[in-house]
Amino acid sequence: MSVIQFEIDGKEVTAAEGMTILEAAQSAGISIPTLCHHEKLEPYGGCRVCIIEVEERGWAKLVVSCVYPAQNGIIVRTRSEKVDRIRKTIIELLMAHAPDSPQLVEMANTYGAARDRFEKDPSFCIHCGLCVRYCAEVAKKNAIGFVDRGINKEISFIPEIAAKVCHDCKECFQLCPTAYLQATFVLTESLAFSPSSKELAKEG
Amino acid sequence: MARLNTPEELENFRQALLSQRNPDNPCISICAGAGCVASGADDVIAAFNKEIEKEGLTTTVGTKGTGCPGFCERGPVVVIYPEEICYLQVKAEDVPEIIEQTIKANKVVERLLYEDPVTGEKAVKESDISFYKSQERTVLCNNIKIDSRSIDDYLAIGGYSALAKALSEMTDPEVLEEVKKSNLRGRGGAGFPAGRKWEGSRNAPEPIKYVIVNADEGDPGAFMDRALLEGNPHSILEGLIIGGYAINANEGYFYVRQEYPLAVENINFAIEQAEDYGLLGKNIMGSGFDFKVIVHQGAGAFVCGESTALMTSLEGKVGEPRPKYTRSNIKGLWNRPSVLNNVETWANVPLIINKGADWFTSVGTESSKGTKIFSLVGKITNTGLVEVPMGMTLRDIIYKIGGGIPGGKKFKAVQTGGPSGGCIPEDKLDLEVGFDELTKAGSMMGSGGMIVMDEDTCMVDVARYFIEFLTDESCGKCVPCREGLRQMHRILTNITRGKGKEGDIELLEALSETAVEASLCALGKSAPNPFLSTLRYFRDEYEAHIKAQRCPALYCKELIAYFIDPSKCQACMICARSCPSEAIDGGKKKIHIIDQKKCTNCGTCLEVCPPRFGAIKKLSGEPVPGPLPEEERMITKKS
Repeated sequence: MSVIQFEIDGKEVTAAEGMTILEAAQSAGISIPTLCHHEKLEPYGGCRVCIIEVEERGWAKLVVSCVYPAQNGIIVRTRSEKVDRIRKTIIELLMAHAPDSPQLVEMANTYGAARDRFEKDPSFCIHCGLCVRYCAEVAKKNAIGFVDRGINKEISFIPEIAAKVCHDCKECFQLCPTAYLQATFVLTESLAFSPSSKELAKEG
Repeated sequence: MARLNTPEELENFRQALLSQRNPDNPCISICAGAGCVASGADDVIAAFNKEIEKEGLTTTVGTKGTGCPGFCERGPVVVIYPEEICYLQVKAEDVPEIIEQTIKANKVVERLLYEDPVTGEKAVKESDISFYKSQERTVLCNNIKIDSRSIDDYLAIGGYSALAKALSEMTDPEVLEEVKKSNLRGRGGAGFPAGRKWEGSRNAPEPIKYVIVNADEGDPGAFMDRALLEGNPHSILEGLIIGGYAINANEGYFYVRQEYPLAVENINFAIEQAEDYGLLGKNIMGSGFDFKVIVHQGAGAFVCGESTALMTSLEGKVGEPRPKYTRSNIKGLWNRPSVLNNVETWANVPLIINKGADWFTSVGTESSKGTKIFSLVGKITNTGLVEVPMGMTLRDIIYKIGGGIPGGKKFKAVQTGGPSGGCIPEDKLDLEVGFDELTKAGSMMGSGGMIVMDEDTCMVDVARYFIEFLTDESCGKCVPCREGLRQMHRILTNITRGKGKEGDIELLEALSETAVEASLCALGKSAPNPFLSTLRYFRDEYEAHIKAQRCPALYCKELIAYFIDPSKCQACMICARSCPSEAIDGGKKKIHIIDQKKCTNCGTCLEVCPPRFGAIKKLSGEPVPGPLPEEERMITKKS
């Protein structure tokens, strides 16, 4: 397999074919912020905070690094005035939902994002999809999914499956950047699971 | 029906069809498109059939339920061939008279003809009507001539001759070359050259490839594709088969929105008929080329008109766009090369093959060739579908074809390109329509929606409306679109309610930049356009709303007040009786006054006040004059 050479922030980096810019950057020790990315999962391209500037044959454009393939000779800038400005707005949009998420607070400090630029809408979920995708792609249990569309979209456990499999798994809990997931699960468990399904779960 | 095994058999069959048809026999075409059906076309068709039978004319007079000829404003539309006599707004009651006069006595029924509102002249033929005169109908023209459910009708007007020509006289690279040479650009939105898209798929190494019709037309007020799908499905199907041949695909898909049931029915009909005739399926007309077509219905999501979301949905998954940077003509449906073109694009293909690329490029502007269908709607006299050569000015489309703005109102803007298009103001009306021209003006061609707005339209509210539509239709996968639009909608709603703040415009601009630059798909990237284009041309309206709580168009309900001009009020009691909130005080000969505390700004009083009095006024951004002192309220008749 051929080796790809290109530049990130003035530093020469190499990547194997098929690698994304984010993967190449991470293996070269260059940090790009992410929220919906997880090394075990297929790239999702949902949060868009890993946006970067790529210059290709003199043309500069903005792309998200978790999806964009590494290519020979391109020049990547992980920060610029515009990139920072867009990251800041994205973080501020998410802080309207989860103002105290440790990950968001840390990013907000780096990019000077305000927690109250936009009207509050505390759903605590930022729709990164980590829990949904981990359950489908890694745990292969499909116990949690998205329901509805657009601004009404939310995550939801499927009681019939969750009653059987979640008790002994809970691997998604630690992935949640806002701790919303745990709350949802506990609430769903208390409201929806009948005692008999709990029994069923114990029997496994 | 026997299969047509060679191009010669197709030609012989066509000749046999034509010899059975006497072109001098009258044929009554009645539009059976969704618009005319809604205004009673089914009853009209039934009445014609009944009357013809009653009069014993079944052997000499034919009737057809056809596709939409475009003049929806005046439907149901009836055209009688061979004279092409065009009757508008025909009702079932008119049918006996038409049969008696026109069919039997060869006389025209004057009252059903189109009358020019300016000159008062009557137009007998369809082509004499001002709405049609300036159009150039190469794609839509056959809609009124054929029964949408009859492949024989399509064959009689030369249908499938382009497919026969492509398969028997041209190699597949030659077909591709012709389409490339025609510079046909995608009619669905972005205007990407179809030939280049096809070439990419053709050259991709993966052997299994697909061609797909994007029939997920979802723009509010747009119905170009519906008219073609319902009215002339074979023309799209023929284009699709030719496309399959050109890129070496053996499978094609129609992705049709579920809200078009008649279109789905007619396409399924067309596919079945084409299969029966051997124009679809194995070894088409003996060429060795196999092709099959599958119809897939969408589930009501606007975003599925976006190419990657459409393909994800076709695969049976949730219709969300893919985050990939590889073009779908290389890796599309099931990761295979897939050419996705819009309905109108495919319908142009048989014309290009039959008449040649040079014919196609003889019409249009430098970078936009051929014709384009627009759906002309909104505050316009002649609502309907219009097909014009690229390069016609907006002014000609709106005034010459559309007949201008009704009710003596002033033109304000025209919105093109669907919800994520933009608004173009009056001083840009001489703009020639074309892909690049419209983009330069801050709007876009889109799929051809054209919404005309008059002086009573508030441009901030227009932006709010379209952003609301897009917020509702966002799939919710990426943050800039889902969260950005949610906030933009909130801010715009506040502005139209008089709760705008200093800095709102800047905040909207920041959200727009984020959505344009960082969204995952074209829906999010173009979603801020309604805001950006109205800000570009109507910034003063935004500022009036925010700084002075004034709506210059007197539209935004929370920013206006109704007021009765005491010098004009004749104390007729009409408004007082009609007011649902009992907010109007007055009596006989006693000048009426609106109690502003009770008034809900519903506007009923303005509607019912007799025009000769014109006493009700809308005010915005200024205090409502105080009520007249009690002693001055009595009207004393002047002697």
